[in-house]
Amino acid sequence: MTMPVNTDLPPKTRGLTAIAGAMSLIAVLLIVQIWLLSAALESFLAGKRRTALPAVIFSGLMFLVCFGLYVFVDRVDSDVRRGGEDR
Amino acid sequence: MNWLRRSSSEPLWKEEFSVRTADERYVTRRQLTKFLVLTSFGMFVGNLWILVRSMFSKSPSYPQQTVARVGEIPVGGVKLFTYPTKDDHCILVRTSENEHVSYSQKCTHLSCAVYYSQEDNRLECPCHKGFFSIADGSVLQGPPSRPLPRIILASRGGELVAVDIKTS
Repeated sequence: MTMPVNTDLPPKTRGLTAIAGAMSLIAVLLIVQIWLLSAALESFLAGKRRTALPAVIFSGLMFLVCFGLYVFVDRVDSDVRRGGEDR
Repeated sequence: MNWLRRSSSEPLWKEEFSVRTADERYVTRRQLTKFLVLTSFGMFVGNLWILVRSMFSKSPSYPQQTVARVGEIPVGGVKLFTYPTKDDHCILVRTSENEHVSYSQKCTHLSCAVYYSQEDNRLECPCHKGFFSIADGSVLQGPPSRPLPRIILASRGGELVAVDIKTS
């Protein structure tokens, strides 16, 4: 008995898996961003202003990664749809 | 900007209200991904706003205000006053014969009013048991993460005058 490999799955299922994976990564990054925002706000209210710049840089990087993952999801989505139309 | 265009030629309502359950789940996940990325952008904008505020907000100047006469309150006693506005409640504590300390009465956790506990010689927030040091306003215990803003006092002609607020 052999285990099914991913290529055996229909394109839509594979697309769903890719989207779920990307979504999970985005969710993790988003949680880190929320924590970063609350920490930066806490520091700002405490009068410590040096933490604001590193917080912006890391938050921006995380947003770029999220956006990259979104582009990836969109491409997978397009491929799956095109595959579905061809069949 | 190819990724911003919808890839399907079908009308939007057909995508969002699909007959097939699998298709409906598919669209929902894709839309949630978009929503998450937009939220991520919102977090970035929030951090940017904090940076702009940090760079361009100048430190405020506070008025001078007489809060009590020297010797007006006994050792271990307290006096409540407002500074710098009527909405900012503060607490003045005479900790020893020649020493007075004053802090904002607003807890840095959820803004409950703190009070002085003479037995434990600390400021206590009754809402969530946040304790602050009477010496410098730092957090001793509980959920607050920031020290209490300290009111800087000056002794002038037998009067205690509030001159500034120190937030850290």
